[in-house]
Amino acid sequence: MSAIALERPRSRYAGRMKAGTTRAAVLLLVLAALWGLWEGSRALWIHEGWTWPFAVSDITMPHLNAIVEQLFKPATTGGPLLITILWHSALFTAKEALVGFAVGASIGFVLGVALAHVRLLQRGLLPYVVASQTIPILAIAPMVVVGFGSLDIYGWTPVDWLRVAVIAAYLTFFPVTVNTLRGLQSADPRALELMHSYAAGGWSILWKLRVPAALPYLFSAFKVAATASVVGAIIGEAPSSIPNGLGGAIITFNQYYSLEPKNLWATNLVAALLGIVFFLAVVVVEKLVVRTAPENIA
Amino acid sequence: MNAQSVVSIAGVSKVFGRGGVTALHDIDLEIGSGEFVSLIGPSGCGKSTLLRIVGDIIEPTSGKVVVNGKPARQARLDRDYGIVFQSPVLYDWRTVAKNIALPLEMLGWERGRRTRRVQEMVELVDLTGFETHHPWQLSGGMQQRVSIARAFSFSPALLLMDEPFGALDEMTRERLNMELLRVWLEMQSTVVFVTHSISEAVFLSTRVAVMSARPGRITAVVPVDLPQPRTAETREEPRFFELVTEVREQLHAAGADAVLEEAVLE
Repeated sequence: MSAIALERPRSRYAGRMKAGTTRAAVLLLVLAALWGLWEGSRALWIHEGWTWPFAVSDITMPHLNAIVEQLFKPATTGGPLLITILWHSALFTAKEALVGFAVGASIGFVLGVALAHVRLLQRGLLPYVVASQTIPILAIAPMVVVGFGSLDIYGWTPVDWLRVAVIAAYLTFFPVTVNTLRGLQSADPRALELMHSYAAGGWSILWKLRVPAALPYLFSAFKVAATASVVGAIIGEAPSSIPNGLGGAIITFNQYYSLEPKNLWATNLVAALLGIVFFLAVVVVEKLVVRTAPENIA
Repeated sequence: MNAQSVVSIAGVSKVFGRGGVTALHDIDLEIGSGEFVSLIGPSGCGKSTLLRIVGDIIEPTSGKVVVNGKPARQARLDRDYGIVFQSPVLYDWRTVAKNIALPLEMLGWERGRRTRRVQEMVELVDLTGFETHHPWQLSGGMQQRVSIARAFSFSPALLLMDEPFGALDEMTRERLNMELLRVWLEMQSTVVFVTHSISEAVFLSTRVAVMSARPGRITAVVPVDLPQPRTAETREEPRFFELVTEVREQLHAAGADAVLEEAVLE
């Protein structure tokens, strides 16, 4: 048994290289399959003239390569390239999502810790935490984004993107709270007895045992929350006529869809990429922070 | 209670549940400084429960435990206990060195002193070269050595060990028995050791307390007069076999039925 245990670190580098190559190959394969599915069904529907669920044309389903090409064309005659516009929109939305994520994750964590420590709070508050997520975000987004616009805190009014960040935070905190609670309770009962035998206080038990034990759970939550924060930022922009972000771009290009559908598709592509970047950022941080048995990493 | 006594257990009983199972009934035991006392008995005899009461992990229903002249609770608050469980209970996110340093951090030792002591302990349990490994990179036996090093690291007045080698194979178990005795002699500590292996109890202990089940009672205390330090040859001495036989007979006298019943159940 110890022989196996000792060999693993030595061969880890080679193993990682091989795993990386495999992963890249799988990624390419999946992308190719998606492309094939899109173009294949497109060709089939047009060839057969099927109209269910919708008639396929260059308007409803543009060629994928045309969508990508659209990124490198000017959005308006003589104007900047579409990708330049979307790049700035994405940065604006990313700023909202990032701040929202940070605030939401912090609130979610603190709330999770509170719920884990006070049983009464857990029984009394948790149902409302769950209920908060059943309210349609589309319903509260305008209230928050427009409503907070008339907020006056000693002469300071939160700027528009900060108000959108609140929506992102609203979507972020919930998975973090639930997983923090779960993770903090996942600590080995024997390890708790051990801390008890050292006469450890609540603070040391939290930071030396419960939080490290909760990290794998926390990062699962962060992965869900990272993509949710991007969605929250986009949705927060949409009903509030904030034009600078991806949500604004989606609204605009949606209005001109019948004239130029590829703009909207290209925007969707960029929005999806932003979500993926957020997700991967969490994965990278997890790899750096979480030191646990490989099989425990979700 | 003499002045040398580290643990004094007087009239301890434990009943689980409301009017439920009597796990321990009227236990009396004195353990002197530097002793290595094993609690042996069939599973369900309450030996782990007794250990946990001594360590103030659970409270007795009646009776009292005095450790170093203080109630068990005060002894725990004074960090008089080192504990080793059957599973190593290491923190996955900490390296071997940092796992051993955990109680030292809790005691507020400063970094330099901590590092020096961790190094000593790593050498003592023969884990040199594995300081920066994580627990999941070690075999079960090595993990338990880390756990032992952690328990001894702050030289607690009393070591409580709950079947620490129960999950290990025979070979590893015998090797760790030797290592444990070496550490015990070197650190001059007092150990209470729970086991259900007769030969392990005889090999390690200065005294073996034999327990019976339902309700858990101490039915005999067998002094082990084998010379120290014990070696691999100790297990081959006639006196070793005599003592093993004596403990086995005491166990059967204490309730062979219970032992047999457990054997069937397991």
